[in-house]
Amino acid sequence: MISPVATVTTRAAEQDQGPLADLVQETMALTRRLFLQLLRRPSTLIAGILQPLIWLLLFGALFSNAPESLLPGGMSYGRFLGAGVIVFTAFSGALNAGLPVMFDREFGFLNRLLVAPLRSRNSIVFASVIYITSLSLLQSLAIMGTAALLGYGWPGVAGLVLVIFTLLLLVFAFTALSLGLAFALPGHIELIAVIFVANLPLLFASTALAPLSFMPVWLGWLAALNPLTFAIEPIRAAYGGSLDLGAVLLDAPYGSVSGYGCLTVLLVVTIGLFLMIRPLLNRKLA
Amino acid sequence: MIELKQLEKSYGTVQALKGLSLNVPRGSLYGLLGPNGAGKTTTLRILCTLLAPDSGTVSVAGLDALSDPRAVRLELGYVAQEVAIDKILTGRELLQLQGDLYHLRSSDRDERIAELIDRLGMETWIDRRCGTYSGGMRRRIDLASGLLHQPQLLVLDEPTVGLDIESRSAIWQLLRELRANGTTVLLSSHYLEEVEALADRMAIIDDGRVIAEGTPDLLKQQLGGDRVTLRVREFSDASEAEQVRQLLEGVDGVCQVVVNRAQGFSLNLVVESEQVLPRLREQLDGAQLPVFALSHSRPSLDDVYLQATGQTLMDAELAVAGQRDAKLERKKAMR
Repeated sequence: MISPVATVTTRAAEQDQGPLADLVQETMALTRRLFLQLLRRPSTLIAGILQPLIWLLLFGALFSNAPESLLPGGMSYGRFLGAGVIVFTAFSGALNAGLPVMFDREFGFLNRLLVAPLRSRNSIVFASVIYITSLSLLQSLAIMGTAALLGYGWPGVAGLVLVIFTLLLLVFAFTALSLGLAFALPGHIELIAVIFVANLPLLFASTALAPLSFMPVWLGWLAALNPLTFAIEPIRAAYGGSLDLGAVLLDAPYGSVSGYGCLTVLLVVTIGLFLMIRPLLNRKLA
Repeated sequence: MIELKQLEKSYGTVQALKGLSLNVPRGSLYGLLGPNGAGKTTTLRILCTLLAPDSGTVSVAGLDALSDPRAVRLELGYVAQEVAIDKILTGRELLQLQGDLYHLRSSDRDERIAELIDRLGMETWIDRRCGTYSGGMRRRIDLASGLLHQPQLLVLDEPTVGLDIESRSAIWQLLRELRANGTTVLLSSHYLEEVEALADRMAIIDDGRVIAEGTPDLLKQQLGGDRVTLRVREFSDASEAEQVRQLLEGVDGVCQVVVNRAQGFSLNLVVESEQVLPRLREQLDGAQLPVFALSHSRPSLDDVYLQATGQTLMDAELAVAGQRDAKLERKKAMR
């Protein structure tokens, strides 16, 4: 038998907890769902870890005979590339963050969430951010481990903290962008098209694969304005063993940028993107 | 329990609701009947706070759904038409997620889930992934999600479309039980017999408005008269049907005779009472006309619909079929 209406007990249960506990409960439940999906469809995870390793192995080998004196700080190409692959992997992962949300929109699962008395619909955004961030950190650790095995070095504990902090900023920024796109675009085909178009050009027009000194002036300008570059340089510095954030990391055409400068730019981009998508999320999730 | 006043809603140039008003009393099992495209789903989406109307007011359990949607969400369970399910999760995980979104404490949540598994007969498959479920299983999971937080109002959009008879009657049984326990149930349907069998009150919606409202019996009584369907031959032609129509029109006690083209030129008559039947036979005998079939019935809800809109529900369905714009439908369903 279905027990008679007992809304009184239901509401009492909710009052017990308080809004913050409710917010945590709903966010954890939504995050749990994303991780269950990942564990039961591990191909995303496996491909997400294998792909950067292949980049590192093959692309690293491609230029392994490049004279070390050509690269900044006289590092080997493999060590130079490591930072680029880490950032590019985290960036691609974050750019895909909107896909699950888009599928939920298309299949109507989002309606199931929106008809529930969520404390804040931001919990849908929080869950995506937690999920993508964990995934990116996992991928990055796999890359760093492999890079160490290949003899490309290890940033050390303080360096690791810098790497993780930089990655967090980058992942937040592009997760926000992707979630914004997931609500702004009409369907997953369009979202995938945008991801596809944005992905590789942003990689090539950055210092992930080659230093600024290799590039013609116009590309140097693009690379020096690309947010990826501002994430790559501090991580590369950490790999170079230098943790002096006051030192100049980027000789951009418009002037020199220090480590602090790079992190500040990333922070501004992240905050800017969150502010930009806010009205959109509020409209769609209001 | 529900009070909708003068709802208007447009999608681009298409006006889905044109001043729809509805009043659903507490504790009733209320049916919304109407053809596809009449505005039933739009009405329910507005009611469930998924959609804001362009104008009008929405009150649920005394709460203003437009200014305090979260309070309304706590009070209602919504079972949508298109079953949105996460194929990767098991039924139990889906219900646990649902329970967390309603902030049930985990012990209460699991107890309630166990209760619903038992009541809806889901034991054998609840721990399998939703992707493997049949239509009937999915609908049961959806019903369970809607009931998990014990809402005082359950809203169902076409709950039995495409289901086998067994699942359908199980759902009917459940809805009756809920009503008996004090839950208000609002369902939309384009099945006449579903509304007739379940609802203690109903509204007919057509073209974005309520065109008739009341208990099914009252609506039928108000029509008055009995219905007779007559065929002189298995297949008549138009001229013969017209000839018979003229012949019977003058018979004492016959209010209306209509030729039904869709049914092979049979005749639909409205008569004052069954006493008219012998007189019809007499008249046909006198004109040397055979009688292939003659049936007599009380007015049905289809007659109510026919009276209100000038066409049968089935004809209305046929008229809108193929007219719907796939892009617009997707836009309406997505957030």
